[in-house]
Amino acid sequence: MITLAAVYAFAGLIFAAFALLSALDRTHRKRFGNAAFWSLVALSFLAGDYLGDFGNGLLVLGLVTLSGSGALGRSDPPTTSAEQRRLEAGRRGNRLFLTALIIPATALAGTLLLPHVTIDGAPLVDPRQVTLVSLALGVIVALAVAMIWLRAPLAAPLQEGRRLIDAVGWAAVLPQMLAALGAVFALAGVGDVVGTYASAWIPAGNLFATVAAYAMGMALFTMVMGNAFGAFPVMTAAIGLPLLIRQYGGDPAIVAAIGMLSGFCGTLMTPMAANYNIVPAALLELSNRNGVIREQIGTAIPLLGVNLILIYVLAFR
Amino acid sequence: MLILSGIAIVVIGFVLRFNPLLVVTTAALATGLAAGLGPVEVISAFGKAFNDNRYVSAIWIVLPVIGLLERAGLQERARQLIATLEGATIGRLLLVYLLFRQITAALGLHAIAGHAQTVRPLVAPMAEAAAERQVPGLDQPMRERVRAWAAATDNVGVFFGEDIFVAIASILLIKGFLEQFGISLTPLQLSVWAIPTAIAAFLIHGARLMRFDRRLQRISRV
Repeated sequence: MITLAAVYAFAGLIFAAFALLSALDRTHRKRFGNAAFWSLVALSFLAGDYLGDFGNGLLVLGLVTLSGSGALGRSDPPTTSAEQRRLEAGRRGNRLFLTALIIPATALAGTLLLPHVTIDGAPLVDPRQVTLVSLALGVIVALAVAMIWLRAPLAAPLQEGRRLIDAVGWAAVLPQMLAALGAVFALAGVGDVVGTYASAWIPAGNLFATVAAYAMGMALFTMVMGNAFGAFPVMTAAIGLPLLIRQYGGDPAIVAAIGMLSGFCGTLMTPMAANYNIVPAALLELSNRNGVIREQIGTAIPLLGVNLILIYVLAFR
Repeated sequence: MLILSGIAIVVIGFVLRFNPLLVVTTAALATGLAAGLGPVEVISAFGKAFNDNRYVSAIWIVLPVIGLLERAGLQERARQLIATLEGATIGRLLLVYLLFRQITAALGLHAIAGHAQTVRPLVAPMAEAAAERQVPGLDQPMRERVRAWAAATDNVGVFFGEDIFVAIASILLIKGFLEQFGISLTPLQLSVWAIPTAIAAFLIHGARLMRFDRRLQRISRV
């Protein structure tokens, strides 16, 4: 059975190649810092399950030390010039898009079809991991097609990949680290404490204030946690369920569904939601790390207001 | 109360713009220590959680393909295509992308696009090309804003589309959570209530896109 382990091995090899190419890049001022950082990521993917919990903890501290001390820098591997790219684009035409679409198309087809493929009664792919396995499959197919069609040098995909990952830099592991922080918060019971404080603040007997506290509490705690999934159980157990649903008789489906979406408004406004806000800022080479958040606030705040009113109007008819 | 020290560290650290990896790790260690764990236990707990969440970083395997296609002119092709489209403005372009992203996410296809797979190689260069047509000689800060709008539109589209789909993680989380308290709902009963917010998100973000569009038109006339 193909599981996540195969995807991790593939990712580990790619990061190991990034590390090796960094180390060999004599034009790169911080080549050994980058090489060390991507080696640790490669090690995590390839051998994370054998390092033990403390070993993994030390690996994380290594990543933090490298990025915190400014050991990482952008790289400038050999690539095509702007003029060459314009000529290539004119020559290759829209087939470039088709090649780019191989990844999502394969991911989609795999997600739909692979769960039904069995060998001797056993599933070919772990049914819970089918999306990521299909994504990896899409990458392999697209890579093969592009290499044959473009006749690029063999090292080109890895050098180009290194150029992109170095542009992202430390932000590449931030989402994973934030997910780990969420787990530590849960272990320490942070949510319960926040829930207790949140419910203590609400004026008794005022339905609108209670709805507002729930919707805004979801958004605020989501901003702290970085995702609404961490905030939802806490805020709903503290306010949504005991007050809005049980005391005021609100429709649980409406309270919970729109409550979750209030949290999503918070996701738009926080650097803690790194994969949506900080990573694209790095990928798009913005000079302001919070550039994406800046454009989202104007949508998030009015939409939070709409959610608040929707709960108030729809859930208590 | 001490258990909330991690939250304080996160907020202060991000406001003062310290290195986020440093901030997050300090917050995790402080929270663990406040909860009564020893130093080795805290580091182990953080390391285990990091290892358990590797799937979050698996998306980077797309970079070699995206880079290879960029090398062959993918972004330039996206620009050329927009340059030939009569009437393509950044507002209209991103409005179409917003609708596409909301509808496909509502059908459960939230994974077909994203910042690494579509925004950087396709949507952002298209948006830049459209804005460039509106304002010849667009300056660098404005270029960056245009790219930021492309990423923002992707986020708004997927966030306020995906919950209409019945098998998305957040809907299943809500269902599972309420079941613990004896409230049994089907995913469909929950997901229909994502529709009003989805419409509001389209109207609000769409109106802002059109306003940004008009601002660019004004700049070009000055």
